[in-house]
Parts: sequence; structure tokens; C-alpha cells
Amino acid sequence: MSTPTRTPSGAPAQMTGAGGRVGDDAQRPDGVLKVRGEFAYSSDLWMEDMLWGVTLRSPHPHARIRSIDVGPALAVPGVYAVLTSDDVPGEKVYGLELADQPVLALDVVRYQGEPVALVAADHPDTARRAAARIVVDYDVWEPVTDARVALGHPTWNQLHDAPAEVTELSRESANLHPHGNLVRHLKVRKGDPEPTADVVVVGEYEVGMQDQAFLGPESGLAVPGEDGGVDLYVATQWLHVDQRQICAALAMPPDKVRLTLAGVGGAFGGREDLSMHVHACLLALHTGKPVKMSYNREESFFGHVHRHPATMRYEHGATRDGDLVYVKATIYFDGGAYASSTPAVVGNGGTMGIGPYVVPNVHVDCYGAYTNNPPCGAMRGFGSVQTAFAYESQMDALAAELGTDPVELRCRNAMEQGSETPTGQVVDSPAPVVELLRRLEAMPLPPDVPTGDDVDLRDMPGGVSNTTHGEGVRRGVGYAVAYKNVAFSEGFDDHSTARVRLEVVGGEAVATVHTAAAEVGQGLVTVEQQIARTELGVDQVTVHPKDTSVGSAGSTSASRQTYVTGGAVKAACEAVRARVLEMARSVVGRPVVDLRLDGGKVVSDLEGVALPLADVLGDEVVEETLEWRHRPTEAVDPETGQGFAHVQYAFSAHRAVVDVDTELGLVKVVEMACTQDVGKAINPQAVVGQIQGGTAQGLGLAVMEEILVRDGRVQNPSFTDYLIPTVLDMPPMRVEILEYADPHAPYGLRGVGEAPNISSGPAVLAAIRQATGLPLTRVPVRPEHLTGT
Amino acid sequence: MRLSCTVNGTPQQVDDVWEGESLLYVLRERMGLPGSKNACEQGECGSCTVYLDGLPVCACLVAAGQAQGREVGTVEGLTPAGAAPGELHPVQQAFLEAGAVQCGFCTPGLLVATDDLVHRSLAEGRKPADAEIREALAGNLCRCTGYEKILDAVRLAADRMAADPTAEAAR
Amino acid sequence: MDFLQPATWEEALEAKAAHRDAVPIAGGTDVMVGINFGRLRPSLLLDLTRVPELQQWADDDGAVRLGAGVPYARVISELGDRLPGLAMAARTIGSPQIRNRGTVGGNLATASPAGDAHPALLAADAEVEVASTRGTRRIPVTEFYRGVKRSALADDELIAAVRIVPPRGPQQYSKIGTRNAMVIAVAAFGLALHPDRRAVGTGIGSAAPTPRRAPAAEEYLAGELDGLWDSRAELPAATATRFGELVAEASAPIDDVRGTARYRVHALSVMARRALTWAWADYRKGDPTCA
Repeated sequence: MSTPTRTPSGAPAQMTGAGGRVGDDAQRPDGVLKVRGEFAYSSDLWMEDMLWGVTLRSPHPHARIRSIDVGPALAVPGVYAVLTSDDVPGEKVYGLELADQPVLALDVVRYQGEPVALVAADHPDTARRAAARIVVDYDVWEPVTDARVALGHPTWNQLHDAPAEVTELSRESANLHPHGNLVRHLKVRKGDPEPTADVVVVGEYEVGMQDQAFLGPESGLAVPGEDGGVDLYVATQWLHVDQRQICAALAMPPDKVRLTLAGVGGAFGGREDLSMHVHACLLALHTGKPVKMSYNREESFFGHVHRHPATMRYEHGATRDGDLVYVKATIYFDGGAYASSTPAVVGNGGTMGIGPYVVPNVHVDCYGAYTNNPPCGAMRGFGSVQTAFAYESQMDALAAELGTDPVELRCRNAMEQGSETPTGQVVDSPAPVVELLRRLEAMPLPPDVPTGDDVDLRDMPGGVSNTTHGEGVRRGVGYAVAYKNVAFSEGFDDHSTARVRLEVVGGEAVATVHTAAAEVGQGLVTVEQQIARTELGVDQVTVHPKDTSVGSAGSTSASRQTYVTGGAVKAACEAVRARVLEMARSVVGRPVVDLRLDGGKVVSDLEGVALPLADVLGDEVVEETLEWRHRPTEAVDPETGQGFAHVQYAFSAHRAVVDVDTELGLVKVVEMACTQDVGKAINPQAVVGQIQGGTAQGLGLAVMEEILVRDGRVQNPSFTDYLIPTVLDMPPMRVEILEYADPHAPYGLRGVGEAPNISSGPAVLAAIRQATGLPLTRVPVRPEHLTGT
Repeated sequence: MRLSCTVNGTPQQVDDVWEGESLLYVLRERMGLPGSKNACEQGECGSCTVYLDGLPVCACLVAAGQAQGREVGTVEGLTPAGAAPGELHPVQQAFLEAGAVQCGFCTPGLLVATDDLVHRSLAEGRKPADAEIREALAGNLCRCTGYEKILDAVRLAADRMAADPTAEAAR
Repeated sequence: MDFLQPATWEEALEAKAAHRDAVPIAGGTDVMVGINFGRLRPSLLLDLTRVPELQQWADDDGAVRLGAGVPYARVISELGDRLPGLAMAARTIGSPQIRNRGTVGGNLATASPAGDAHPALLAADAEVEVASTRGTRRIPVTEFYRGVKRSALADDELIAAVRIVPPRGPQQYSKIGTRNAMVIAVAAFGLALHPDRRAVGTGIGSAAPTPRRAPAAEEYLAGELDGLWDSRAELPAATATRFGELVAEASAPIDDVRGTARYRVHALSVMARRALTWAWADYRKGDPTCA
């Protein structure tokens, strides 16, 4: 088998490192490669004689394909293959949870950008020109572009309860899938179905479609194997779920479809679904040559799923004193053309949709629908990011109605350890919601709005664009708190596999950790090393390349890898350690009760023993492979939503301080402050990095980020018009980390990646609301919303 | 067409360059220098920032032929020639220590932009102020870090380079 | 695709005369985006970065003659005092990397209604110097823009320079974007007060099919300032408000992904009012440059 000239990330020799243990600010083992420009991202892979693959995509959001003529493309010199769905040897549809998405379009295309055909050529521009010559005859249909219309709920917001049965739509083509347009309906029913309260606030909210906007485009290299199989080097979040879907499409067994993780340029959920994976393999197998595919930024906007846009109606009832009596919510997630992870998004939105509060009576209907909009799926904090905007807006509205302080109202109703969630689950580890909020309140506020002749434009809303020197600028402060399930929920068999080896290399004991857990930038490789150093008492730890030659690690998503793969690595290390200690006991020749591994030695304090590990191991290689599971969760009751759905919750809170140019509707976020309980910070510097980065993405959704879709067509597939925060948009941040151990989790840790992404946006929205006095029910907030234009 | 230019101090010559190729494509696909990243190809992200005759530019917006005879500097050239293995440029070292690298895709462009900023500031006998750092790096998008640790890294690099003026960058 | 790299202005003009469909390229900030995304496939790229004359600026007959190939970064660092409005506009453009490459000549050649330099050029009564093998002509910038991304440039002509008389009065430039850096203008406004001529210059960007002036606003303000130029008295708030309204009335924006027409009209009225307030405050202080 030939391998790419530029090796994928994680080549063992380069990922070895000495350094920190659990709790230290250990440096990432891939860091030196990354700062030297030598880290091989998926788009950097290159082989002599490789071809470039490109994708022809549907220009229409909804159409029937009458015919495809690939002849003109094949005639272009330099073209090696042109493939359509006819060339898919195995299953022609795939999907994460439901197999409903064509590898290449079958008879109907359901979204703009759906892959229709593939071309491989010797230069990317040749491939692009050839793809443009493929003739596809479309019978264009009207797209279904509203989730409520797709479900037959046009009067959804006039009802308290679940709308009537899903009705047939008038047009035959409006039923997008054989099983209808409903992907999932989750019901949560708790307490009194007809509650009443002294004070009631009702609000409708909308969240726009956010993009992960990872910087490294979808890309990879497929290399045909001598055994008739294929090796795929790709940037992804979950090698084994990719492998399962690729095998089905190629009609090949897993040993013929081998995946290795290439360097990943960010993910944030957008790489949980397949993109170019099957396509590159098809082209490689068809041509017998290595094929590289790398999307450009425009194609990337069509090449991965986005965050579900949501429309939500909430009704909160409370006593005059401010005790929540009930919450009713109707939530619609627009899943777009294919299911992707919509069922799980609905699960999160429904089960955690009222926020980290104790409410005796809850009535939630949460829907995920098919439409002809771009497919939506995983993005950091999914299901919870959307609902947090609604429930935190409601808490502020209720506080205003009651004439009470918004933080006081939150603290009064806050969840704590022992509280029962709307799904009847008792929170069985610390839930310091009140402390998170109180600590935020106690932090000093930044200086007032700058004024005077010598204002620095860079401190003003609008920045150097010179739109205000202080005119119209008003300060606002807002708070929000949120929670999110960690790891996979609702009865999913969530596990990870770790292989740990201990051996002597060059006279020194070295550990090797092999998992298939995708490193996407978050620093899992660092954590794997820290755990091995801690558990095995060695300095040198090698992280083996991530591939499918070891069992599944599950997905790098749901804030779960440090918990689940960390747990697996810890368990495998413990098994290795047990064997090594047993070997040490035979060396000592008598039972010793307090043997442990430390500093490259087997140590007993009682006996005063300190045997070098190298002596104990000799030529022996001690290796253990373990599958590790967190305690099981269970599916929720289909009629009531009750059940032990989630294994762990993560809690975070934000305070945002903003300056708003109220006349021009421009926003400058002045400061963000965050408190988060992380259980145990395995790598404090990386934890803070997750909090800061998550905060930025939440801020982006609050004030600028939206994929604009009109009639099923994306209007802004570029970094020119899909704006993400620059360094001039991100303010200084204060971060306080709490470490209340979760007794059920390895080291007591909590997943950290998503929570800060959930609470930051609602805090920014609350701050803008305070600055402007406007109700603001839609994010991202646009200047038009702030100026009534 | 044939393209000759100097990259990181070394003369380079490549043939069969299509006239529509960008300098970024030539560096990455023809010269074996994939350190400069392709994330947007329209000058909006800064991931492909390189020095062109000493000025930071987006390599994706330079037509290959425009680099004919010019001096190009990329992230691969930041570490001075002849440096010991593992030795890093102070800006690289600061990014590592400050935790400013997560996925790292923005890092090469940021390193070049930071190197330029710190050198310009130190040449004027001062270290860059925060507002200046932000304005100078506003063309380099990062999706992972929220920029806080990048600011930490720039301050750290500026402190060290001010203290040790011999720390030189390849331009 | 061919690639020509003239070393002199004469060669460049001859090349353009011989290949009228040649696409000139300087900073590449528009052209390369088109090529990278397959939207532009010129038969010939005409690289103007080797033409020395284009890279220079000089004082010429009372005006600054700014070579079409001078990048924005140099406009900011070298011409901030002489061409303050244009320098302010340049500072809002893209990123430092873009400003190291992008040029006023390129902005004019693309003639996008959203081009950041245009409002400043309009307000300052700039002239565009264009040339071909047939000769050289100067086009008042007001007559240069002919439609969305269309200009008065003939197909054998290249832009040589812009000519701007350094102002005797204050200038301002404001631009709306939905991010605090690196944005295409949702709307932009340039203002120049010309106390020597007792005149007012304006420029509107991203709010009509072409960049344009607001003549009624200029006339109104010139009238209102008639008695104030010498006294340097305070400007009535109502005057600034009215001026803003008249500027907004001169626009003809559309709804697009970057903003609504209504917002653009509103934003122009606010930007124009504020810009006038700042410019007049500068004038009263006797400071010919500005913030």
C-alpha cells in the first residue's frame, strides 16, 4: 500500500512528548508542527500522480432529474472519470441516524447544492470545467421552505397544545420523503396539563441558520489499495461512523475500507456527516489512482450541514413572588432536506428546552421537519443553543413583568443538585447555577462608554469605519445561564475504545495511546497524553495516528471525548498498570500493598521500593485494549418525554457588556465574562480556550452570523457575506472556572466544549435589549431590528 | 508558463504553471510548501498570509505571474535557516506557550501577520498596544480561540523580541 | 489564458490596444476572486504591477496625482494629511493584507457601487486620468461611473491616476458594516467642506446603482454655510439634520443580503448628519484635517 507523500497528522514519531499530567497546562503534541506549517491537514495531502475530484451540484432546491449526459465532460482532455448514482455499487443512500440522503442524486434533488455527479481530472480547474459541461435536465419543482408549512401547521402559534395531525399538503411533490415531512416530534409532559399562574409572559422567537465556518475545508485523499479496497485520509469527527456509511455505499467490508484521520481544520459539528468521503473513494476505485478532493469556501457552504434554524413560542407562568409555575413551549427545527442528526437535535431541544430551572409543570412540543432548505445537523450545542435564546429571553421578560432583577429571578428558580428536570431525571451531581450567576455579578464591570474628542474609533461600535464618536451609543449589560447534556443520550450505546501500550524504548519506559477519537483542534491528543502520564507515571507518551485499526471512539461531539475517550484511556492505563504492578511484585518477590507507578518507577512508600520501570518491563510489551462506557441512559417515554435521558449536564453562565449605537443599530461587545463548572480541568489552558472560542461562536450568532436562505437558495455562501467575528469584534474576556467533581465521571470531569457556546449569545442579546429597550426576538440581531428599518 | 521567484531565501523555479493559478496554489501544490493555508480564496480570512517583497499579503489574491522575480516568505521560513532542530521563532514559541493554537488552520497566516506587526512596532521603538494588535490582525479569522490567547501570544512575542533584538525573522 | 507583464506604461497601453479583452490586474483583490471561483476566465491577464509610473504619487499642478497602482496602505501612511477623506476610506478597506495590495485604480476599474474609495473621490471632486495609445484624457469622477460595475473607461484604455486637489477644509468618511472590521459597505458617505470655494462635496456608496453625489444636499448646505464660513459660528442642529435628510433622499438603494433599502436610507441620513457635525467642529477649530 502506498501512503501519501505528505503524511497525515499524528505520525507517531512526531506526536511523542513529555510534559504535563492531569490538571497541568500541558502543551499540545501537534503544536510544534502546527506553528512550523508542517502539520498535514486533509487539504495538504498530496501524492505523485494523484487526480483531483470535483462535485457537480444541483442548482435547484427541488427538482426531478430527467436525464444526465456526462459525455461532454468525459471528452475534456485530462478527465479520467465522470460518475453518477449509477456508479454507486452499494447502498445509494446514507445518513447518520436515518439513511435518507443519496450519495449522488437519484431521481429527485431536495436541496440546492445536492451532489449530482463527480469528475476526476489531472488539474482541479480541468475537473471544474469538465463538471460544468455535464448536462443535467431538471424538471424544477416548487420548494417547501418553511418547517411549519412542511408539517401542515400553518396556524401553529395560535395553539397552546400540539397542533392537529400532520395534514397532507396540496402538492404531491410537497411530501419530501416517503415517510412524510416529520423527522421527529418530542413531547414533554410533566405536572398539571392545565396550569394557571399569577403572571404569564408569552414570546415568539426565531434563530437564524448558523454555519460552523471551520477554516479547513472539507477535504481528503482516497488511495486505492492493492487488495481492491481503499484507504481514505480525511478530516472528520468520527472515523467509524464514516467507515460504516462508506462500506455500505461501496458494498465492501470494513477491512477493505480503512480510514485515517488527516489534520482537521476545525469541525464544530460540521464534519459529523459525510461530505466528500464516499465520492473520493468512488473516484479512486474507479480510476485506480489516488484522488484528492478539497472543497473551496463556496462549496463548503453547500458541503456540510448547518445549525438548525428554529421558530419557538414560549409561555411562562409564575407566582407574584417569582416562582415558576409552568412553561409551555412549541419548538420547530427546520432540518432541511435530509435527517442528519435532526432526531437528536429535537431530543436536546425538547428535553432541555426550558433551561436550568426547576419548573413543576412543563408542556413542550418539539418538532424537526424536512424542507427543501439546506440540510441541518450537528453544530456545537445543538438543540440547546436555539432554545437558550428563547428561554433566557423569557426569563428576562418575566423579570421585567414582575419588576424583579433578572439574576434574582434566575437564582430563585435555579436547578441544583437533587432537582428534578422536566423529564423526571434527578440531577445527581453538582449543579451550581446560582453560584455561576453570583460570581458573574461579583466581577467588576468595564469602564463606562468612552467619550470626548480623543475616543479611539476602535473602541466604538463600527470601529475604524468612523460611524460614531460616541453619538447614540448606549451601554447594556445582560446575563444568561444555560445547560447542556454531555455525551450521547436517550439510550445510545455510547462508548470509546482505547489501546494502551507500555514498553521500554532506548532505556526509557514509553507509553503509546491508540484511539480512533478525532482530534479536531480541541486538544484531545494532549488530554490522552496527560492521562497516560498520570496513570502510568511515565513522561514519554506517544499518540498513535487516529485510524480504524482500533475500535470506535465514538464521535468528537456532544462535549464527550475527554469524558468518554478519556475514560477509556484511563481504564486501559489502569489495566496496563495492574499487569505491570503484578510483574513488579514478582520482581520484588513478596506481596506489596501500596505499589504505584511514578516518575518512571514502580514505587512503594511503605517498603521503600523504587524499581525503574525499564527493569521491571525488560523486553516485555504490556498492551491492553478496552472498550469503556459511561453509565447507561434510557430512551424517553414517547408520550411524556420522561426518562433518564442524559448522563451528565454541563453548566455555564455569561455576562455580556455591549455598547450599541442606537441610531445606526451597530453593536460593539465591550466585555464578555463567563463562569463554568468543569468538574475537573484536565488541562486548564485548553479549557479556557474552549470557553473563549465557544463564547465567540455564540456572540457571532447573536450579532452577525446567518446563512440567508430565500426560496431554498443560499444567498451568502462566502466569507464576504457570511460574517464571523474578527479580533475587533471579540472583546476581552473574564473566565472563572469552577471544579465541582461529578462523582460518576473520570476524574470528576465535565465536558466543556458546548456550554459556553450556549449561554454567550443569549447574554449578548439581553445586553443589547437592555441598551435599546427593544424586545428583540430574533437572532442574529441586525441593524434593521435596532433601527426599525 | 515558467515561474521563478525566491521563497524563504531559496530560488525556486516551476514550469507548466497555468496563468490563472494563484501564488497560494503554486506554493502549496507545485513547490511543496503547504504551510500557507487555503480557507477562503477571496482575501477574507488571512490564512494564506505570506510576505511578498516584505509586505504581508493574501497569497490567494496574487496571480502566480505577479510573483515572478519577487521575494516570498512563508510560515515555513519563519524559523531562521540553520536553526537547531526544535528551535522556533519567538512568535511561533509564543503562540504555542500561550495556547493560541487549537485547530491551527489560521496559525500560519497569523504568525506571518504577527511577525510583521511586531517588527514594525519594534522598529519604531515600542511594543504594539492592544488596539493596534487588533487592527493589525483583523484580517486573520480564527474560529477556535475567540482570539484572547492570540492576543496573549502577540504580547508575549513582542515582550521577548523587545528584550532580545537579535531574534530575527526571515523575510 | 495568457499573462503579460509590461515593464513600461507605453507597453501596457500597447498591450491593451492590441488585446481589448485583456483584464488588467494590480492588487488582484477583485480579479483573483473571480478567477479562483471560476467566474472570470480572461483570455489575457495584464499585470500592471511592474509599471513604475503607476506606483508613484506626486504633486502636479496643484493636485495630488495618485498613480492608479499605489496601494491603500501607502495612501494611509503617505497621504493621510493631504488626502484625509481618501485615507479614512482606505483605512476601512478589508484587512492590512488587502490594503497592502488593493489600489484606488482597481476600485475605479471595478466600479462597484460598494467600492470604498468612491464616496471620498466624489466628495473631493477627483478626476480620473485614463490613457490609451490614442492619448490621455481626464474624466471628472462624477462622470466616471456609468452603471453597476460599468465605467466610462473605453476597452482600449487603462486608468493611469486619480487627481485630487488637497483640500482646504475638513473631510470625513463613514461606512456602515455589520461587523467591526473587514466588511463590504452596507452604505458609505464621504464629505468634503471646501471653504476656499464656499462649496460642499458629498459622495454616497452602496446606496444606488453607482456611487453618486447628493447635489441637493450640497447646494442646501452651501447655502446654509454662506454666513458661517467666516464667523465659524456653531452650526444649527437642524441644519445638520436637514443635510442628512437630503443626502438620504439622493440615494436609491435596494434590499440585498447586506441590508435593506430602508436601513440604507436611514443610515445615510445619520452618517451625513454626524459627518457634517464632526467636519464643522474641525473647521471651527481651524483644523483642515480631521479625526
